Amino acid sequence: MRFVDFAIGLGLCLLGFSAHALEIEEQRSYAGSGPVVVRILSTADLAAFEPFITTFQAQHPEIGVDYTVSSSAEVYRAIQGGARYDVVISSAMDLQFKLANDGFAQTYSSELTDRLPSWARWRDLIFAFTSEPAVAVVSTELFAGLPLPKTRQELIAILRENPERFVGAIGTYDVRTSGLGYLFATQEARISDAYWRLSEVMGRLDPALYCCSGQMIDDVSEGRLALAYNVLGSYADQRLAEPGNGGMQIIEFDDFDNVMLRTAIIPKTVTAPQEAGLFIDTMLATGLRQNQDDWVLPPLAASNTQQLSFGPIRLGPTLLVYLDPLNRRAFLESWQDAVEQGL
Amino acid sequence: MTPNSSISRRLTFLLACVAAVLSVLSWYMVTEFARQAAERTQDNILEAAATIIAEALRSEDGEVRLELPYSAFSMLGAISEDRVFYHVATGTETLTGNAPINANLTAPTTGQTALDTITYQAEPVRVASVTRVILNNQAPVPVTVSVGQTRNGVSLIANDLSRTAGIFSIAFFVLAVGLSAIVARTSLRQLKVIAEAVGRRGPSDLRPLRHPAPEELAPLMVALNSLIDRLARSLRQSEDFITEAAHRVRTPLATVRAQAEVALRRVESADEKQRMRQIIRAVDESSRSAGQLLDHATVAYRAENVPDNRVDLAFVAKVATDALQPTADMKDIDIGLRTEETVVLGDRVLLESALRNVLDNAVKYSPPETSVSVTVFKADGFGQITVSDHGPGLGTAPYDRYTNRFQRGENVGGTVGSGLGLTIAKDVVVAHRGTIELTDNEGSGTCVSLILPLA
Ligand SMILES: Nc1ncnc2c1ncn2[C@@H]1O[C@H](COP(=O)(O)OP(=O)(O)OP(=O)(O)O)[C@@H](O)[C@H]1O
Ligand SMILES: [Mg+2]
Repeated sequence: MRFVDFAIGLGLCLLGFSAHALEIEEQRSYAGSGPVVVRILSTADLAAFEPFITTFQAQHPEIGVDYTVSSSAEVYRAIQGGARYDVVISSAMDLQFKLANDGFAQTYSSELTDRLPSWARWRDLIFAFTSEPAVAVVSTELFAGLPLPKTRQELIAILRENPERFVGAIGTYDVRTSGLGYLFATQEARISDAYWRLSEVMGRLDPALYCCSGQMIDDVSEGRLALAYNVLGSYADQRLAEPGNGGMQIIEFDDFDNVMLRTAIIPKTVTAPQEAGLFIDTMLATGLRQNQDDWVLPPLAASNTQQLSFGPIRLGPTLLVYLDPLNRRAFLESWQDAVEQGL
Repeated sequence: MTPNSSISRRLTFLLACVAAVLSVLSWYMVTEFARQAAERTQDNILEAAATIIAEALRSEDGEVRLELPYSAFSMLGAISEDRVFYHVATGTETLTGNAPINANLTAPTTGQTALDTITYQAEPVRVASVTRVILNNQAPVPVTVSVGQTRNGVSLIANDLSRTAGIFSIAFFVLAVGLSAIVARTSLRQLKVIAEAVGRRGPSDLRPLRHPAPEELAPLMVALNSLIDRLARSLRQSEDFITEAAHRVRTPLATVRAQAEVALRRVESADEKQRMRQIIRAVDESSRSAGQLLDHATVAYRAENVPDNRVDLAFVAKVATDALQPTADMKDIDIGLRTEETVVLGDRVLLESALRNVLDNAVKYSPPETSVSVTVFKADGFGQITVSDHGPGLGTAPYDRYTNRFQRGENVGGTVGSGLGLTIAKDVVVAHRGTIELTDNEGSGTCVSLILPLA
């Protein structure tokens, strides 16, 4: 009996309470000339995503777009709870996959979905349109005099040798609250032993825990953090390109890349399926382009699968493994042991 | 007789039907095997995944604990893009899982895997279950691990193989139809050979068929031969009848003629003499007709079975010329004979009869004190007898008509004849696989050639 309670409890932790209303971070409506509106629930900031909406409305001016931003866990919970949206976009591949696997997604196929490489789709339920690596961002000022690490091993060594410089100056995802952080952490733990050693080392340095890439990058650029580990490369690139952000450097490690695919599904609750399909096609068309231009979200081609030693995180049932409440509990226990030593 | 159906076509059709049935059957079997193989593969993977998960179960601090092994799910995702469901239950309580796929399953006995197909979310889902007993707080707790997967990959593989098998089946069918047509034609060739053998036969060839025939055609051959036999017998009967009739007519006619000659000498008035001559002439005509009919019947009878005797045409010419010499002498006609040894295969009596008729015409229709030439020579693998005269010629073309029975010319005048002479000649020549040629010498007479293949 206790296990069951525990499992349910964990499930509720992860999913929030079903009675609980959706926590909206941002919302905006783009009116179309016609009455039909595509309702999108997404984890991507409006700033990053707006170009897609603009492109879509240039092609289909008659269709309005309603864009709602929330956290990946919230998005998952809402769709599982039967919320009515037409397109669901999330950076948490595992939660998106689970929605598709567990029967919350609607099939869709078009010429564009057929053009997707096999790693960028799963059946005709879930489609990737960006590929975004996890990177580390360092403050040039606070890192001054130290060599830039090329591998996680080197990073561990640097942190070990300079504890005084990094105490309280390291930021990383709070994997308990951030879906994307949890995904990156579990994948990294699976690929390499270095993850736990790094977590131990960071845990000893009293790290700051964040919900989102944006805030971490903010804090690095403003000199509050010396190092932000596992932030979205796309956001970091964008921030670096802004004027007055020279005090920051991006590190892509050589040992392995952790590449996330931003995915879209059409939920079963869709009310405008045709328009939802058109929106997916627009995203895929942009996702399949070869050069990034000045868009924040990079195309699929950004992760050149030949160059990567591991390729992007695979869309498949393995994503279910770490979502299992028992595994999640075990992983979070280990993570807490490693990271929250000072507390 | 109209060819309302073709055995060859029907045979081809039937064989094609058999091929079609076999094609469909083989396609169905391959499809079925492919599906079973694909299903078994999936079953094995599901069993392996369930077993791996069950092996990861452990008891810790009085709790049954489980960390889902990554490899189990990696395996499930490796072969197909199928939705994956799992469920772990301790007794009747759910430990973890993403779908209640164990709902209608009976837990397998420990150490065994159970496989079942259930319907979940309106889709068929294959489920493998394993039960393992874990010691928890010194009490054995049975834990059942169920792993399920939709069957899209299975049907995808099966459909793929089914399509390939379908293409092969169609190819097999087309090939089989082609072969069937060839087989049908080959097996019917024997029939065609016999038909051709019958067709090639001359009009008076009534020998029984001796062609080797397959067992199935034996009844047809027997029936055909008995028909031929009956035909030949009835023909022979009528010929016998003619011979008999001719004999019976000729004997009394000879008596009548002799008496009429005597009477002619006795009567005095010119008028009565004229009447007697008319009687004698009519008797001559009848007698000639009876003789020729007898000859014709003999030829028809003998031509049925021409032996392969070596016959020298020079000798034949000599005999015929000698036979007609007295008649020719009466008209002061000189018969010139020029020959070389020319051997053909056949019946000497028949050939003599043929030439005698031709020579008879030449002498009969030529005016007195002319000459007739008989030449025998070889040319191009053929032996030829040519009889040329200086008579009135054949009149208007076509001359072939004279070889028809009872066909006489318009120019014969009072000459006695029955119109069977050239018919006999032609029948003999044809029975010897030869030809007869009638040509007009353009005012200077007639030329008749008998052309026969050399021995
Ligand atoms: N040498 C010839 N010269 C002229 N006409 C001929 C000659 N041979 C044949 N004919 C013509 O061909 C006809 C047919 O000849 P055929 O020998 O068949 O009959 P026939 O001589 O009239 O009668 P028979 O049966 O008594 O011979 C003759 O009636 C005659 O008109
Ligand atoms: Mg004659």
